[in-house]
Amino acid sequence: MSQQYPALLVIVPLLSALVISAAGWINRRLCFPIAVAALGVAAYSSIGLLLRVLDEGAIVYRLGGWDPPMGIAYYVDHLNGLVLAVVSVVAFLNLIASKKSIELELGDKTAPFYALYVLQVTGLLGIVATGDAFNLYVLLEITALSGYAMLAMGKDRAQLSTLNYLYMGTIGACFYLLGVGYLYIVTGSLNMVDIANILPSLYESKAVLGAFIICLVGVWVKMAFFPLHAWLPNAYTHGPSAASSLIAPLVTKVMIYVMIRLILTVFTPEFAFNILAISKPIVWLACIAIFMGAILALAERNLKKMLTYIIVAEVGYMVGGAWLGNRAGMTGAILHIVNDALMTLCAFLVVSNIAYKLKGYAFDDLKGLVRKMPFTMGAFVVAALSIIGVPPTCGFFSKWYLISGAIQAGQYAFMVALLFSSLVNVVLFFRVIEICYYEPFSDDGGHGHGPPSEAMAEAPLTMLVPLFIVAAGLVLVGIYTGDIVNKIIEFAIPPGIV
Amino acid sequence: MKIIGLIIALSTGVLLISATGDFPRWADPASPASTHLSPHFIEKTMEETSVPNIVTAVLADYRGYDTMYETAVIFTAGLACFILLRVFVREEPGDRLYRHLLTGVTVRVKEGAKLPPSEDFERIDATWTPPDLIIKTICRFLIPFIQLFALYVIAHGHHSPGGGFQGGVILGASIILLAISQDLRTSVRRMREKLDAVLCAVGVIIYAGTGALCLLLGLNFLDYSALASVLHCDPVTARSHGILIVEIGVGIAVMCTMIWIYNNVSSIGKYDEGL
Amino acid sequence: MGDLIQIVVAKYNYWIYITLMMIGLYAMIVKNNLVKKIVGMNIFQTAIILFYVSTGAKRGATIPILEHGHGEHGVGTHVVHAVDYINPLPHVLMLTAIVVAVATLGVALALAIRVYNRYDTLEEDEILAKIREK
Repeated sequence: MSQQYPALLVIVPLLSALVISAAGWINRRLCFPIAVAALGVAAYSSIGLLLRVLDEGAIVYRLGGWDPPMGIAYYVDHLNGLVLAVVSVVAFLNLIASKKSIELELGDKTAPFYALYVLQVTGLLGIVATGDAFNLYVLLEITALSGYAMLAMGKDRAQLSTLNYLYMGTIGACFYLLGVGYLYIVTGSLNMVDIANILPSLYESKAVLGAFIICLVGVWVKMAFFPLHAWLPNAYTHGPSAASSLIAPLVTKVMIYVMIRLILTVFTPEFAFNILAISKPIVWLACIAIFMGAILALAERNLKKMLTYIIVAEVGYMVGGAWLGNRAGMTGAILHIVNDALMTLCAFLVVSNIAYKLKGYAFDDLKGLVRKMPFTMGAFVVAALSIIGVPPTCGFFSKWYLISGAIQAGQYAFMVALLFSSLVNVVLFFRVIEICYYEPFSDDGGHGHGPPSEAMAEAPLTMLVPLFIVAAGLVLVGIYTGDIVNKIIEFAIPPGIV
Repeated sequence: MKIIGLIIALSTGVLLISATGDFPRWADPASPASTHLSPHFIEKTMEETSVPNIVTAVLADYRGYDTMYETAVIFTAGLACFILLRVFVREEPGDRLYRHLLTGVTVRVKEGAKLPPSEDFERIDATWTPPDLIIKTICRFLIPFIQLFALYVIAHGHHSPGGGFQGGVILGASIILLAISQDLRTSVRRMREKLDAVLCAVGVIIYAGTGALCLLLGLNFLDYSALASVLHCDPVTARSHGILIVEIGVGIAVMCTMIWIYNNVSSIGKYDEGL
Repeated sequence: MGDLIQIVVAKYNYWIYITLMMIGLYAMIVKNNLVKKIVGMNIFQTAIILFYVSTGAKRGATIPILEHGHGEHGVGTHVVHAVDYINPLPHVLMLTAIVVAVATLGVALALAIRVYNRYDTLEEDEILAKIREK
């Protein structure tokens, strides 16, 4: 069965999503166990696949029994394997943590929501595992459509924000499709490795340059790289908590993976860095993205929206790191995919706990929260330290690689942007922590006579235990960074990059 | 805003058009697209899959994995329209209109009131127009033939242009024709919501399940030659039969999704009055 | 001048479709009404589909359904030349893209209906004004 891990990884969730949607009409309580089982199998297969890749090297799985480039092939190497494992584990933990929140916010539509959740995870896993450029487009659309449907189930402005997300997302996917079309016209193939073999003789062609730029812009739109980021804060803030905590950590990181895959495998680094001279402008754009993300986050008085602006800044880190053009920068970018997924998951699970117990997450609602929800706030402090970049949490190590890559490449503006962003994060998070820890709890009517009797009203265990696992994971991944970099990421980057 | 939009559209257009400088001529038989992969598809389809329609063979066999996800996309769209719009109304809200069959008098029943059940009154939509006997009868007469043609399109996808998607859309259109020519309640009585939703999932399960069956029989996912042991034929014919099975699954899924989306969007989720 | 005409004749199909795409993109960015944006999105996607299908054309070739395929039971009784049939791959890819475009259209319309139910208007500036005054 271990030969079939690449297929099990996506097929089991796909079939389960269909079964959930059919079973929802019979008995609503069947949906959650099926979803958990499916994502558990996916997580197990992805970890097993990663271990196989560490043993054997890159794995090619021929779907339909046809050899590429005739048929579609899954191409799993160290880069894929790592991102697959992260995506499936994050989705699994989030599902367990969100059970109560889904039942609260979605009423009688929990069954289709679970089906859409598992479909979204199928799409994400497929995007990461595939080796065929057009297959990536189809999976991109599954991810996008199920994401739109899930995010639109929120209240208030959710539908309008999701409609704006839909417009931008469709433009991005169509640009990517156009780029694949241009590549097809000049190379005749759709398989990523095959295109990479044919392209070197065509590097001087204008069509290849056009294809690269339009693919890149399409992926940038989907990952909310400044200035194309306007859809992200509203869409992620107004969605239901379970949807935000699934989509926010994962979708932008998978798009960054697609960009890195385009740079490293399809258009080899020689084309992207040496022949095209656009690395410097892109790193400058990344610096602006980091600045704007930090400044816009400072202006927010709503915790969830503040976190979404931090995501915009984090995307800037990863794009800038990937385009620095050296090994340290690329390592930092890939390591940051892993770290940022975990940090964002932790932060959004905290917000989801708060939303489950209180009515909102504006700063005014958070006063004195530590007395009511001490464990949740403890995990929030760990997430905050990681986003700021304090050792031994994982955030420190990816920043370290990014900064050393920036120094090595002589891009001092990027280094300044990273340090500035860390300082702004300190301000942002300590502001929140101060409100939660030191302000009196808002429920005691402001009289201040005698100690208010606050019973601890912590979120239920199914929401706390995954949160602790993720918070512990932040520290563990930080401690084991050396292993991750030396055993996995080192082999993910082709030897051509210095 | 208009200036920004114009600048963006113009600059993208200029980028794309200048990138076509290196394209091969239109309809050039020696272009890379026509000489790299497609000769293999054109020349080897008959001996590898015994299906003369090359597009169907590539769609459902060589690139069958893409098509499975395409079917999942259409299922996701149906599910999305359902979760966004469907409102499960427990009791009859709002004003309703009833029409006395014998005299043609229209009665408006206010919110909360109920009409005593009677054979003489029929429920009509708010946008009701006088029934046109010709339209109703012709449509009722045509629908079985439309469905028959749709089944032909699905089954003959191997030999003529057609296949699961096209046939499925025609099947869906036949039920939607019933909803348009008569009213939504008639079509919902014929094709119930629960059946529709479950059948939609079943269609995609047929596709993914065939692939999973191939996986359980030892070969890779969606490798139809594994079905040779189940269908008792040689691997090439097994591929042809596998293509037919998945096309049937696709047809069912597409039909049910079309009907599902139409029902949800035209009645804005309430399933009482359509267009 | 003869050169320019040569280039135009060789590539005019790509240029026409790119112009259509840019019309759709312009509509999506500039228009105020949500449904007009959805129409622009549809134009954009349809133009991409036409672009791909046009790349599959081949001078002097027929549709990609093997002639004499029906009724022949022997494999290899008829030699098949690739030059006689147009490229089937863009058609296959675009079957998928058409379905994806229809699915996106369905979801976009459902969202537009929900927005209309909430704000009673489909003009984006009026909706933003209503949000700001809440």
